[in-house]
Amino acid sequence: MIQLVSFYIFASIVIASAAMVIFARNPVHSVLWLIVAFFNAAGLMILIGAEFIAMLLVIVYVGAVAVLFLFVVMMLDIDFAELRAGFVKNVPLGLLLAVVLAAELVLGIGAYQAGAVTLGTPEAGAATVSAAVPNIEAIGGLLYSKYVFMFETAGLILLVAMVGAIVLTHRKSHGTRGQSISSQVQRRPEDATRNVNQPVGQGIEL
Amino acid sequence: MTSFFQTLGMSYEAAWFTATIAGILLIALPLMLAVALIIYAERKLWAAFALRRGPNVVGPFGVLQSFADGLKVFLQETIIPSASNRGLFLIAPIITFTVALMAWAVIPFADGVVLSNINVGLLYILAISSLGVYGVVIAGWASNSKYPFYSAMRAAAQMISYEVSIGFILICIVLWAGTFNVGGIVEGQRGHIFGFINAYAFNPLLFPIAIMFLISSMAETARAPFDLTEAESELVAGYQTEYSSMAFALFWLGEYANVLLMCALNAILFWGGYLPPVDWAPLYAVPGIIWFFVKILLMFFVFAWVKATVPRYRYDQLMRLGWKIFLPISLFWVFLVSGYLMFTGHFA
Repeated sequence: MIQLVSFYIFASIVIASAAMVIFARNPVHSVLWLIVAFFNAAGLMILIGAEFIAMLLVIVYVGAVAVLFLFVVMMLDIDFAELRAGFVKNVPLGLLLAVVLAAELVLGIGAYQAGAVTLGTPEAGAATVSAAVPNIEAIGGLLYSKYVFMFETAGLILLVAMVGAIVLTHRKSHGTRGQSISSQVQRRPEDATRNVNQPVGQGIEL
Repeated sequence: MTSFFQTLGMSYEAAWFTATIAGILLIALPLMLAVALIIYAERKLWAAFALRRGPNVVGPFGVLQSFADGLKVFLQETIIPSASNRGLFLIAPIITFTVALMAWAVIPFADGVVLSNINVGLLYILAISSLGVYGVVIAGWASNSKYPFYSAMRAAAQMISYEVSIGFILICIVLWAGTFNVGGIVEGQRGHIFGFINAYAFNPLLFPIAIMFLISSMAETARAPFDLTEAESELVAGYQTEYSSMAFALFWLGEYANVLLMCALNAILFWGGYLPPVDWAPLYAVPGIIWFFVKILLMFFVFAWVKATVPRYRYDQLMRLGWKIFLPISLFWVFLVSGYLMFTGHFA
């Protein structure tokens, strides 16, 4: 009963907020609706017992990706009139995309109606997952045994992407002044101040 | 608690529902009281550090000062700036406050005394604490004012930066304990050193990350010396500048509930949580919740001590510490700890 009620609450909020992502006028509101959608999708994951995936969804998407989205969108100076001017120009492209998506949807439903898809049989000796094992251990057991090469390849791709991003953004710029932390730390009071015991009535030479 | 409500003749679902609601109230209400008292305690501590008296007028020794402040704030008018984004402006403090309460669901107060004993407890805490930034960011944006906006930007960058190293530090602990369950991590510390001392922090390999976690948790809660989001000399009051009355009080309560949470996390991850300091039978006569509170209060004393004595960091120093020092060290420590555990056959 509680599961059913929660499912309908989560699912309807996911759909409603996903719609609001598109309909919201203000891009910042769009991002915030997207966050609500992510969060409730995590709720749905918990309902099917995939608590690890749910937590990853919140940590990665809500906690990191959406914050950066928000970060960028908030700093945009948006001219709504200009946005609407671009609407007419992009209508044909948008319509094309909508048609393609609708066709895919129809195709997908048609294929589903035609019967289940067979994706090949599991190999002999594949790790079997029992319901008693916690999510993380089950996923870890699969990732580090059967799919270890795929997993490491994914890691390698991410590493290459990271190095690429750093190479693209890291360049020596001329004319800017940075902080030299070590010289700041090594600076002692004697370097900057002087203690003088000046007789009364005489000025100090600076 | 579910079984107790079942004995009253409820069905399992109704009993579970009632027990969960009761559990939430049993955590949230004492937490609010604790926040009020901890604010008083902190003001007394700062006063002692600065050779002042601190609050000493309302009630005996000024204990009721926080309640008087709360009443005052409650009676004030809520001012909503006309240029602000009204809805988001009001939602922001609610988010901060709610998120600060949510993470307590997986904190074990004594052996088995926990609202939700889930397998991914530590990940849940990480997920919830990553939500905390939204309250600040939304407040800064919705205020539609310069300084709150700067503050929101700083907060977003700061919290993301330190979450990275906190994540790696948590991985080290999880590797050693072999579980993400918070209660399991506490149990993993029973007799950890020579079968006698109940704490990860006395492990030479884990002590450095205990220190790093303490510093990161100060940065994560935007406490001094990392309180750049509300640096009054630069940003007026940061993201709270446009807030007044109860909206301001919610930020305030949320902030202290977060600080208490971080103290509790420090106590759980490195200092043995609800276990007594040493594994000696007579000490178990004292209830676990007492040990846990004592540890939280000691951690809180450290937090107040740091806030009273350490000057504020510069923003570039903060970022440098997070990305160039803590990130490499914590990454290296994941390597080191997993290598050590592999070498000594911990996983076998």
